Amino acid sequence: MNQRVSPWKLLLTNPITALSAAVLVVVAVIVVGAGALAPYGINDIDVPNALQGPGLTHWFGTDELGRDVLSRVLVAIQASMRIAVISVTFAAVVGVAIGLLAGYRGGWLDSVLMRVVDVMFAFPVLLLALAIVAILGPGVTTTTLAIGIVFTPIFARVARASTLSVRTEPYVAVSRTMGTGDGYILGHHVLPNISGPLIVQTSLSLAFATLSEAALSFLGLGIQPPQPSLGRMIFDSQGFVTMAWWMAVFPGAAIFVIVLAFNLLGDGLRDVLDPKQRTLIEARRAGRGR
Amino acid sequence: MTPLLRFLTRRVLHSLVVLFGVLVLVFALVHLVPGDPVRIALGTRYTPEAYEALRTASGLDRPLLQQFLGYVGSAVRGDLGVSFRNGDPVTVTLLERLPATVSLGLVGIVIALLIAIPLGVFSALREGRLSDGIIRVTSQFGVSVPDFWMGILLIGLFSTTLGWLPTSGYRPLFDDPAGWLRHIVLPGLTVGLVAGAIMTRYVRSAVLEVASMGYVRTARSKGLSPGVVTRRHVMRNALVPILTITGIQLATILGGVIVVEVVFAWPGLGRLVFNAVSARDYPLIQGAVLLIAVLFLLINLLVDVLYAVVDPRIRLS
Repeated sequence: MNQRVSPWKLLLTNPITALSAAVLVVVAVIVVGAGALAPYGINDIDVPNALQGPGLTHWFGTDELGRDVLSRVLVAIQASMRIAVISVTFAAVVGVAIGLLAGYRGGWLDSVLMRVVDVMFAFPVLLLALAIVAILGPGVTTTTLAIGIVFTPIFARVARASTLSVRTEPYVAVSRTMGTGDGYILGHHVLPNISGPLIVQTSLSLAFATLSEAALSFLGLGIQPPQPSLGRMIFDSQGFVTMAWWMAVFPGAAIFVIVLAFNLLGDGLRDVLDPKQRTLIEARRAGRGR
Repeated sequence: MTPLLRFLTRRVLHSLVVLFGVLVLVFALVHLVPGDPVRIALGTRYTPEAYEALRTASGLDRPLLQQFLGYVGSAVRGDLGVSFRNGDPVTVTLLERLPATVSLGLVGIVIALLIAIPLGVFSALREGRLSDGIIRVTSQFGVSVPDFWMGILLIGLFSTTLGWLPTSGYRPLFDDPAGWLRHIVLPGLTVGLVAGAIMTRYVRSAVLEVASMGYVRTARSKGLSPGVVTRRHVMRNALVPILTITGIQLATILGGVIVVEVVFAWPGLGRLVFNAVSARDYPLIQGAVLLIAVLFLLINLLVDVLYAVVDPRIRLS
C-alpha cells in the first residue's frame, strides 16, 4: 500500500489546476476591487475618443461612446460573478437538501422528489431560465433566481446518488443503532462523505452559471443598462465587429477565461476528490515510480 | 412479459409521468406571472373591450381546474391556443419555425460527430500521453466558449472581413439547396464546435471504459493487432454510449440554440421563444416550451429504447 497523499497537495501538483486556481484568485481580486481597479468611470462618455483601439491610455480601447472598455469589463466581471456565486449557492443549498432527504429517506418521498427533478430536466437549461425570466420580468434578481432554480436539480441528483451509496455504510448503521437522530447523521456522517462530488459540481456549475448569465444578458434579459454586463457588451459590439474588434473580443475573452478556469478546476478537483478517479491516479503514480 | 417489453413499458410510463409534470409546469407558467398576464400582454393597446375579448378567447376567465383540463385536452389534439399578439394559431407558427431549427440541429450534430469521434477515440487510445492531455484541455476550450461570442467572431471573420459567407438569414433546403448551405455553414459551425467539444469528452470516456474490459484484454492477449482490437471490440461496444450522448446532445441543441438563432437571425424555434418572451406573448411561450420539452423527452425515450434493443444488459438490470 502506498501512503495516502493529501488531496489538496495532489490538486496543486497538477500545473493546469494550479493555473486555473491562480486565475480564479485574480477574478476574486477583481470582484472585490473592481471599482478601485477601473481606471475610468463605467459611464464616462467621451465621444471625441470613441472607437479607439487598445493603447496606453485605454488598454482595451473605447466603445462607440468613448467609454473605457477595460473599466466596463472589470465592473461587468464583478456583477457577473456575484450572480453566478449567489445562484449556485442557492442551487447547492436547496438541491443538496432535496438530494439528502430523497436519498436518505427513500420510499415515496424519494419517488416524488425525483420525478419533480425529472420534470425539470426535461427543459433545456437556457429555455427554463428564459421561461422563468418571462414570468418574473428581466433584471438581476430574476436572473439570479432563474439560474439558481435551473441548477438545483443537478445538485439534487448528485447529492442523492452519493447519499444512496453512503447510507448503507457500516458507520451510518452503527450510528443509527446507537440512537443518533437523523439530522445529526445527515450533517455529521453523510454530508462530509458526499462533499467530494458536490465540490466538483459546484465548480462546474459556476462555469455554466457564468455562461448562462452572459447569455441572458446578451439577450437583454439579465443585467440592465446603465450597469455594464459582459453579455450585453458583446451584443452591442455586433455593429462594430470589423471597425472595433476590441469591443467584442475583450468581454468575450473575459467570459471564456473565467468559465475555462472553473471547468479546468472542476476537472482537477474531480481527479483528486472522486475516490474512484483518485485511486486510479495514485495507482498510476505508484506504477510509474516502480 | 419479456424483459424487453417490461423495460419498454416502464420507460414509457416514466415518460408519461414526466410529460404530465411538464404540462402542469407549462400551464402554471401563465398563472405565475405577477399581475394580470392579459393586461401585461396588451400593454398600451389596452381597452376594456380588448381585455375582455382576449381573456375570454384565452379561457383565462374559467375556473383553474377547468382551464387545466381544457389546456391538456386541446394540447393532446394539437391545439395550443392563439398568440396574444397577432391571434395566429400557436401550433401553426411553431410548425413553420420547426424545420429551420431541426436543420440547424442536424447540421450541428453532424459537425460535432465529425470532431468528437476521431478526437475522442484518438485521445482515449493515447491515454495519459501528451496528445491526450492536449485534446482534453482543447475540448475544455470548446466547452467554455460562449456560443454567441464565437458566432459573432465567425461572422466578423468569414462574412464581414473575407466576404465568403452571408452574415445571417435562412433559405429553406428544398427551395434553394445552395443558398441553404451557404447560410447554414456559420451557425452550424457555431453549434457544432461547442457540441463537438462536449462530445469529445464523452467519446473519450466511453472508449476508455470499453478498453478496460476483460474481453478487450483477452482479444489483445490472443495476439490480435491493436487496429483490429480497436475496430472489432472497442469501437463496436463504445458505439452504444456514443449513440446515447449523440441523442442527448441533439435534444440539447434543439432547445438550446436560442442565442445562436438570435445572432444569425435564424428563423427557428429559439428566436421565436426569444421574441415571444420580449413581447410577453404567453401562449406562444407556453407552446414553444412545451414543444421543445416534448421533443427532448421523445429523443431521450428513443435513445433509451434503442439502447435496450442493442444492449441486453440494460433491459435486464
